[in-house]
Amino acid sequence: MTIATKQNLESIVGAPRPAKILSVDRNTDDVWTLRLEGQGAFGPGQFNMLYVLGVGEVPISISGSPGKTDELLHTVRGVGGVTNAITSLKAGQSVGVRGPFGTSWPMAAAKGRDVVIVTGGIGLAPLRPAIYHIIENRADYGKVSLLYGARTPKEMLYADEFDSWRETGDIEVLTTVDAAIGAWDGDVGVVTTLIPRASADISDAVAMICGPEVMTRFTVAGLAERNQSKDNIYVSLERNMKCGTAHCGHCQLGPKFVCKDGPVFKFTDVAHWFEKREV
Amino acid sequence: MTQTQGSVAELLKNHPFFEDFAEKYRESLLECGRPVSFKKGEEVFLTGEQANDFFLINKGRVAIQVPASGGNPISIQTVRPGSVLGWSWLIPPHIWRFDATALDDVEGVAMDGRCLRGKVEVDHELAYELLQRFTRVMADRLENTRIQLLDIYGRGNE
Repeated sequence: MTIATKQNLESIVGAPRPAKILSVDRNTDDVWTLRLEGQGAFGPGQFNMLYVLGVGEVPISISGSPGKTDELLHTVRGVGGVTNAITSLKAGQSVGVRGPFGTSWPMAAAKGRDVVIVTGGIGLAPLRPAIYHIIENRADYGKVSLLYGARTPKEMLYADEFDSWRETGDIEVLTTVDAAIGAWDGDVGVVTTLIPRASADISDAVAMICGPEVMTRFTVAGLAERNQSKDNIYVSLERNMKCGTAHCGHCQLGPKFVCKDGPVFKFTDVAHWFEKREV
Repeated sequence: MTQTQGSVAELLKNHPFFEDFAEKYRESLLECGRPVSFKKGEEVFLTGEQANDFFLINKGRVAIQVPASGGNPISIQTVRPGSVLGWSWLIPPHIWRFDATALDDVEGVAMDGRCLRGKVEVDHELAYELLQRFTRVMADRLENTRIQLLDIYGRGNE
């Protein structure tokens, strides 16, 4: 039997590195973006484990540009003890960082093709690095459609960037909300209602989906109705990740570990497990 | 609401709701239709009013809303060009259950529900054709409403 020591645990999962918080920006009522000192290269879609001393550690997607390694952005929704502790941190304080972990969006496979990005709520955070990557390498991609759903207009993430993504990034940004009160002249309805309006050629596009699994299921069905092959669909999944290195088993999905084999999967690799009610 | 010029026959022919609709039925419905337009911000119908029409939207968007206190209606769905608005004309007591407000300048065709009800009472094949189409719209909207009710973007947990 191997006895876990501090040394061999650190060699397996890595030790948190303290990262100084450069700024904290509030995105919505319960979502903040922390800008940390750069921690090196990462791929769009990867995540870090963020650690608050004495409170705990959670997996948080990286939400900044992979082309900017001098800063590390994490967008966090305060929903529990650790995330509320993270969102309470101020500029000048530090947070522990382990990572980056996991797989990335298929930016190379999408080259030369149309891209359709479907996301909802805070699911836009792990896709923003992919959007930045596309904008920074715009000539590499065909038409790009971002279809984004949120609960209400005021809960839309990064809404202040949409115009620049449209104008500078040549990205079609279509949005909808589940409900709106008062003077909202945007669309109301589920995100799948945006699929028929996308200008990207869905039948041949690479699709990147991140959101609640219910949304993902209906989105895959909606894309299939537009003749998209499931081979071209990639999904980011969320599970209870603890170690980030496929050792603890908390995030197991059938034979796969979301923290290591994911969080970004080719849909056909996990479709079978999507249909299993037990997992 | 203002009436616009234009051929109702042409609008019916090109509207997705009547795709593959038998020519004889489309022709029989012509007398029930009239072109309409609404200015941005104009009410298309209000909760509690008699539901005498349904609308084939060709241009612009319409918000389906629930009136709420303080004058701030809650928007629950957007109807876009190519869609239909309203089925209360079909279901007794023929009263609108929601408000509908034009979000843009809207153009379309209003189909007179009383005229339609008269026709389907005597032509059950036409009734079946129409019901099939409305049932599809209702099923889509019911499915979407169910997803909206799940509040899938609500607060998660760690």
